[in-house]
Amino acid sequence: MRFLFKTDYEDDIRLFPHSGYVYSYGLLLAVLLIAPYVLSSYLMSQLVFVCIYATVGVGLLILTGFTGQASLGHAAFLAIGAYTAAYLQQFNVPFPVYFLAAGLLTGLVGALVGFPALRLQGIYLVIATISFAFIVEEIMARWESVTHGNEGMRVKTMQLFGTTVSRDGPTFYYLCLAVLVLTIVGTLNLLRSPTGRAFVAIRDSETAARSMGINVALYKVKSFAISAGITGFAGVLFAHKLSFISPEMFTLQLSIEFIIVILIGGTFSLHGAVLGAIFLVMIDPFLTYLKDDMPGVIAGVAATLGAGTERAGHIQDAVAAFASANGLKGAIYGVIIVVFVLFEPLGLYGRWLKIKLFFQLFPLYKRATFKRQKIYVKSERNR
Amino acid sequence: MSYFRAENLSLHFGGLKAVDAVSFAVEKGEILSIIGPNGAGKSSIFNLISRIYPPTSGKIFFEDQDITQQPAYDIARLGIARTFQNIELFENATVLSNLLVGRHRHSNTQLWQELLFLPSVRAGEKAHRRRVEQVIEFLDLEPYRDKLISGLPYGVRKVIELARALCSEPKLILLDEPSSGLNVEETDDMSFWIRDMKSELGITVLMVEHDMTLVNRVSDRVIALNYGRVLAMGSPSEVQHHPDVVAAYLGA
Repeated sequence: MRFLFKTDYEDDIRLFPHSGYVYSYGLLLAVLLIAPYVLSSYLMSQLVFVCIYATVGVGLLILTGFTGQASLGHAAFLAIGAYTAAYLQQFNVPFPVYFLAAGLLTGLVGALVGFPALRLQGIYLVIATISFAFIVEEIMARWESVTHGNEGMRVKTMQLFGTTVSRDGPTFYYLCLAVLVLTIVGTLNLLRSPTGRAFVAIRDSETAARSMGINVALYKVKSFAISAGITGFAGVLFAHKLSFISPEMFTLQLSIEFIIVILIGGTFSLHGAVLGAIFLVMIDPFLTYLKDDMPGVIAGVAATLGAGTERAGHIQDAVAAFASANGLKGAIYGVIIVVFVLFEPLGLYGRWLKIKLFFQLFPLYKRATFKRQKIYVKSERNR
Repeated sequence: MSYFRAENLSLHFGGLKAVDAVSFAVEKGEILSIIGPNGAGKSSIFNLISRIYPPTSGKIFFEDQDITQQPAYDIARLGIARTFQNIELFENATVLSNLLVGRHRHSNTQLWQELLFLPSVRAGEKAHRRRVEQVIEFLDLEPYRDKLISGLPYGVRKVIELARALCSEPKLILLDEPSSGLNVEETDDMSFWIRDMKSELGITVLMVEHDMTLVNRVSDRVIALNYGRVLAMGSPSEVQHHPDVVAAYLGA
């Protein structure tokens, strides 16, 4: 086990507490940089989605994890970013310009959503953000002069500094990775400065935050704006990756997927956004596999267990019907959320910390180290 | 002109007069205690000063400025810090970041500077940290710096809340029952710190307290309240022997 002897206030400020972090993150970055030359094009495509989802996850973490304001409307922010890009593209606006414009516009919309949200808390805020998402979805479907309604919009291949950036090529992947890394670094910077501490203060006790001189309303709006802005940037990349956008892509289910990203990853650290994104993006091919191959596998097992060919066929049909039922994906997501909230409230990153501690303390790790204890000091909230 | 002044301060919840036309003044550099039975309106006065409730009527002056209409977050910027009776700390943060939140009123960095963590932000962070360390030393909190609040015992939390208030370098500090939930030794420590706050840091103290030993030991003046009204005002012994105060506590 490593002991850190702090000799300077800098030791508490720097992003990497000790050299071990520099090496491990450096190694990770190196692996990510050579990935396009090693991985198959399918996995590369998945990796791009991981980057985009993780960027949204970081944005959502700022709002939900660190400021304590739940949102089920982030699909709408993603949509605003994506549509801004697709719309501006028609006028031959260069990529850097519409990328920034999309982020700023989405941030502005986020701030506007933040204002009515000031008076709402908990479940009411969730309902308000859901209704916002529905409004945006409806606008996208109806405002045909700009969004082409339900026909959707084609997103042209990205032109960056005179070169064509294919959505499947390594350059696009590097771009998504750069956006993710810059978002994470910016967010970490924010979290170690007064604004980030004000966010956490608002999450834990608004009354105390106010009495310490924090303008709670202002910081909530800031949090909404930053969170939405980051999601808007991700929306541009999302639009380019899909090369086609339409209103039915930005539904409530997408917002729920973002919540899953942070809930499963862990809401207390930015690591959670990345781990959650990996989980969510990688579970999709797994579900497809279950849907396509599971009926055959189950029927095969049934046949070997002595069921007749006919009955095995019936079983195969029944399982296939179940596997392709509408809303099964949503149900599976629901089960995953419930299981994680009940058994691993700290998410995948929390589990990783426990595993890490197990090896650090080996063989002295005690099972009860992370046992959740009830604390009977509950403060009276002046809400 | 007094340093801090409340004039005819009232807070009514429907027909209930929690605070009823209370007037008092705090002189610069004194320790003034407010005592009274449960429900006398002591904490309500604090909540009026820190603008958690808007007063029904009356005015509050601080350094000759009318602060009755200031928004809650401005009260701290003017130099009035407070602690809470039931502890309002940021549970899922470390002691250090709790104390750094106390420095909020002194931070002047812009959002874009913080996103890039420019040298100015870094320098600001170090300056805040230096001030926080002074408070940590003052209140003997060294062992707890990196601990999460949610794992700390009540007595320590109480001190951390005081520390957070001190980190904002207040001119006037409002202590809401600083000794509640503390054992005898911790209460002793608290009384030393309160007197040191006055003598070493030059902070004016307004406190609500039930523990008469602590009140007698530290207060310059005492106000007794009951049913939202002022019963008596004066030195600790005067107030304790005032017939109305005796009647309020013991029954007439």
